Amino acid sequence: MIVFWVLAPIMVICAVGMVAVRNAVHSAVLLAVVMVSLAIMYAVQDAPFLFAVQIIVYTGAVLMLFLFVLMLVGVDSADSLVETLRGQRAAAGVAGVLLAILLILGITQSTFGAVVGLSKANLAGNVPGLAQLLFSRYVFAFEVTSALLITAALGAMVLAHRERFTPKPTQRDLVLQRMREYASDGIHPGPLPTSGTFARHNSVDTPALLPDGAISQLSISRVMRARGTIRQVVPPQIVSADPRTGQSVPGEPAQIDGGEQ
Amino acid sequence: MSTTPFLVLSALLFSIGAIGVLVRRNAIVVFMCIELMLNASNLAFVTFARQNGNLDGQIAAFFVMVVAAAEVVVGLAIIVTIYRTRRSASVDDASLLKY
Repeated sequence: MIVFWVLAPIMVICAVGMVAVRNAVHSAVLLAVVMVSLAIMYAVQDAPFLFAVQIIVYTGAVLMLFLFVLMLVGVDSADSLVETLRGQRAAAGVAGVLLAILLILGITQSTFGAVVGLSKANLAGNVPGLAQLLFSRYVFAFEVTSALLITAALGAMVLAHRERFTPKPTQRDLVLQRMREYASDGIHPGPLPTSGTFARHNSVDTPALLPDGAISQLSISRVMRARGTIRQVVPPQIVSADPRTGQSVPGEPAQIDGGEQ
Repeated sequence: MSTTPFLVLSALLFSIGAIGVLVRRNAIVVFMCIELMLNASNLAFVTFARQNGNLDGQIAAFFVMVVAAAEVVVGLAIIVTIYRTRRSASVDDASLLKY
């Protein structure tokens, strides 16, 4: 009883939040709270098997699938607030509230009699009792369920399958294309330079330096440059060497080879 | 404990889910609201199983879960396919069948 009155407000608040929140990921997390609370409600009502199934199937599999598809589709695809039908939101809200009032009135006005309780039905254990029913009275429905699951799995595979319109490029094709680009546009066929390696930073936001000390623009991700999160690198001063002797000019700090002169 | 509070909670969750289906535009959130409605009906099933003292209600909830899992798999695959062709997960954009 305490469990119910603690969890019921949480569930209702989370459900309302799920509908109201704009970010779909937040909706999914709030739905997870509702589903876990529902699992506890099942446990309270003598349904330990459904408690486990609810947690494993719903919060484990289904919600994970939701989040997976959300990441696939793009998290930032927020809801548009434009109403395509005028007044549809308000009408939907009123209809929902009326539905709730109707259902609650119907439930509270009807009498169900004394609660029988499941202590007798669960005498041999909840799972054996369910199994007994599932494989005797509901065995046909159970078999149909297996067909449904196979059909659903096949359907998902067919829908997720992407038809290839062009032949898959082999490694040879890629090499030839790279060489063609090198010949026509002068694009370097090798890999891009990696981010810089210095004594302090070798993170991806540190640009690599070219032999003359300039920053290689190719070594940093385009995205990071657009965001402006590139670490500022002070190019080390090149030791000016005397062209005849090869000795460094005295007084100049030699930063490249660690000041060993 | 009386079963009425559980049934009232189930009705509330079902109504909230229904409002969500009608109000939201993102197809994935609409799907989540449908899941909420299915879960609410499951709660009613389990509650009535306790009310009547037999396990048939729990079996019904079990089958609802199985069907919901299958439905989610196919529905999300359809959403991904639509997103792939139209670059949008909004239910308003997939209105071509209307014409």
